[in-house]
Amino acid sequence: MSVVLILEQSLNGLQFGLMLFLLAAGLTLVFGIMDMINLAHGSIYMIGAFLAATLVAATGSFALGVVLAIPATAAIGMLLEVSILRRLYARDHMSQVLATFALILICNEAVRIIWGSDMALGTPAALSGPIELMPGLFYPAYRLLVIGVGLTVAILLYFIVAKTRIGMRVRAGASNREMAAAMGVDIKLLFTLVFGFGAALCAVAGAMLGPIFAVQVGMGDNILILAFVVIVIGGIGSIRGALIGSVLVGFVDTFGRAFLPALLREILPPQIASAAGTALASILIYVLMAAVLFWKPQGLFPARG
Amino acid sequence: MQRAATFILLLAALALPLIMRAFDLDYYTSFASRVMIFALAAGSLNLILGYAGMISFGHAAFVGVGTYTAGVMIIEGVPSALIGWPLAMLIAGLLALAIGAMSLRTRGVYFIMITLAFAQMIYYLTNSMKAYGGDEGLSLPGRSTLPLLDLKDDTSFYYVVLAILCVSMLLLSRLVASRFGRVIVAIRENEPRMEAIGYPTRRYKLVCFVIAGAFGGLAGALLANHGNYINPSILHWTQSGNLMIMVVLGGVGYRYGGLIGALTLLGLEEFIANHKVEWMADLWPKYQQHSLLGVGIILLVIVLYAPRGIAGWFDRSPRG
Amino acid sequence: MAETLLGISGLVKRFGGLTATDHVSLEIERGEVHALIGPNGAGKTTLIAQLSGSLASDAGSLTFDQVDISRMPQHERVREGLARSYQITSIFGKFSVLDNLALAVQARSGSSMSFWRSLASETALLDEASALAARVGLGRRQAVLAGNLAHGEQRQLEVGLALATRPKLLLLDEPMAGMGPEESARMMELVEKVRAEITVLLVEHDMDAVFRLADRISVMVNGRLIATGLPEEIRVNAEVRKAYLGDEAAA
Repeated sequence: MSVVLILEQSLNGLQFGLMLFLLAAGLTLVFGIMDMINLAHGSIYMIGAFLAATLVAATGSFALGVVLAIPATAAIGMLLEVSILRRLYARDHMSQVLATFALILICNEAVRIIWGSDMALGTPAALSGPIELMPGLFYPAYRLLVIGVGLTVAILLYFIVAKTRIGMRVRAGASNREMAAAMGVDIKLLFTLVFGFGAALCAVAGAMLGPIFAVQVGMGDNILILAFVVIVIGGIGSIRGALIGSVLVGFVDTFGRAFLPALLREILPPQIASAAGTALASILIYVLMAAVLFWKPQGLFPARG
Repeated sequence: MQRAATFILLLAALALPLIMRAFDLDYYTSFASRVMIFALAAGSLNLILGYAGMISFGHAAFVGVGTYTAGVMIIEGVPSALIGWPLAMLIAGLLALAIGAMSLRTRGVYFIMITLAFAQMIYYLTNSMKAYGGDEGLSLPGRSTLPLLDLKDDTSFYYVVLAILCVSMLLLSRLVASRFGRVIVAIRENEPRMEAIGYPTRRYKLVCFVIAGAFGGLAGALLANHGNYINPSILHWTQSGNLMIMVVLGGVGYRYGGLIGALTLLGLEEFIANHKVEWMADLWPKYQQHSLLGVGIILLVIVLYAPRGIAGWFDRSPRG
Repeated sequence: MAETLLGISGLVKRFGGLTATDHVSLEIERGEVHALIGPNGAGKTTLIAQLSGSLASDAGSLTFDQVDISRMPQHERVREGLARSYQITSIFGKFSVLDNLALAVQARSGSSMSFWRSLASETALLDEASALAARVGLGRRQAVLAGNLAHGEQRQLEVGLALATRPKLLLLDEPMAGMGPEESARMMELVEKVRAEITVLLVEHDMDAVFRLADRISVMVNGRLIATGLPEEIRVNAEVRKAYLGDEAAA
């Protein structure tokens, strides 16, 4: 268990956490402002990844492909919002869960029909090698880019939400919809834009994680659950909570998977250790969530009173 | 009116295997068993989703635990259904008690997430049980055994499943019409007021959760027998989604919601997958591989425009 | 003669920086109709919630009929005989009037962990619910779905639900909210009818009703109890006039 290994896993955890944040931010905004549980968020992430893969192949440039995928995905997201999701705001949570679950099925199949079960998205050639951060610590250049992108978006998001007028309107909408409407904020437009923004964030995450995880149908399903775990831990409606929750989940998950099996091998016989290790690593974040909810039932930083 | 319909349905169900045998379509007897098993599973979910109004994404865990209990009993040399199946109900029920006791402290989306989290935990734990197949699952050496009957025979199995489904539906139906049932529905309607007139609501929700879990476990035990196979995928959260689709399709909170939903969904999937419709194949050659698209669209349409499901469509009265 | 039924001692409730209930102490005497008045936002409904048990207090204690109920959950307080009605109508809209009341009767007649016997066969329950419906003036509307009742009728059902629990103390939170003069008169009659057997803590804005019904009046402003006494005393109390009645007269 060397220092290098720990540092490397820390960077992995940070990288994963930041990408989770991109997903969680959109999700928590939609839930906090529109009071809507949107299970289809993972599907938009998947669509973003597929669009990125397509555009990267079409343009021959990783950067260009990713950049173009963002508005394309945002457009699809907004289209979904205007046509279908808008009708769910007034409905109860159960209807929202069921309808967006239906959307997951539809999107998975639609993507499969349009693109096939998976698509190739490789790391850009320029970044395919490792960088020596410290003597002995080599880290893939691409993952450093991902961290960089994640941090940039996080800072941008903080700036927008906390410092600008739009951010203020968004926060007002989050805490009190009627008041915001009374103050002249066009609620319908605001919601559509918030949704589009969330979709854009999904696209960034999908495109960035594509080379690492694989662009395939259903890739959104499992990461969706993680995103929900994050916003429940962080507190619904809170961007700050989403960031802290994501990084927390990212670290716990990464460290758990990296070190738990090895740790267990010290104390348990090898056959049990490896099986138990993987199982435990998978459930660790759920245990974390349960623990947080036990201590703070509304999450760490609930935006709504 | 409903009595007559029930009677006719029962007659049809009793005659089905004989009719299928006559037309050399024995496969459908097995298919019908599967529909009935899922009708039981969906029916148990309907109790908490439809009557109590609790959205649980963890119901597949109870079905799965029942599957594994029955399966493990067979593998370990105790194949008697009279032990294995009640045990499946008991263990599923106890699990529901534990999960419910912890989850029911929360509300709304937190409840959904906590039930989901626990279900995922069970899923991952089952996945890691190498002794019982791990993530690939395990074939069972045979089905459970009952005195006087040979469950390996699909027709005998069908009648046993039918009997269990009928008894279960009778019990659940009495439950809904009882004091307990009324309390559950009222809690869904206005929980704070129920507290204010003297009901310890959490306790009632927990009991409901346990009953639903136990019946889910029973369905799981039957499922293990039907497929002769245990596999962790039955515990995945998307399976909970599948069960929810059945309940919504059939009619949330309606007595036959689970049955109608299971029949419709499984029937639809069966039809699309195994019966090529020529004009559709001409339009779109590979359509049969994308049945989930149709399922998704139907579900979406129902939630948006016919939220009371198929049973609700036939019911003109305002539901109470 | 003046026996305390509900003893409230130093009750506190804070929401973030706001102190909604500020060390309230009061003794409700058995058999009285005690009115609680005060401007909007004074904290009256919060106090009712704390007394009934739906809201946990930050400090203070409560005794009911000599039993310490400070930590008791709401449903147990109801069993002890402490029931409330809501300012914002909270009934079972999809149930009939009869079924609404039957629910409340069911709560105190035997266990509801009964899974087999059909509820429709319990004639005793339904008879009692029917009698209750008549008592609150909904005798002819028993089969109507609660959600389809007129506003005034819903308020009557609201009180009926609380009455159905056979309370010793009834907390009525603005029972006449949104009612016209005829309906208000009927509600006042109802309170007059029940006061013989039930102690009542009445929160109301309708001063006419308050001064006609109340044995004693307490005044709450900004979370604090500023005065308690006989109606005539309250009427001439300078602080009360300044804080509350003065505003009312001017309005």
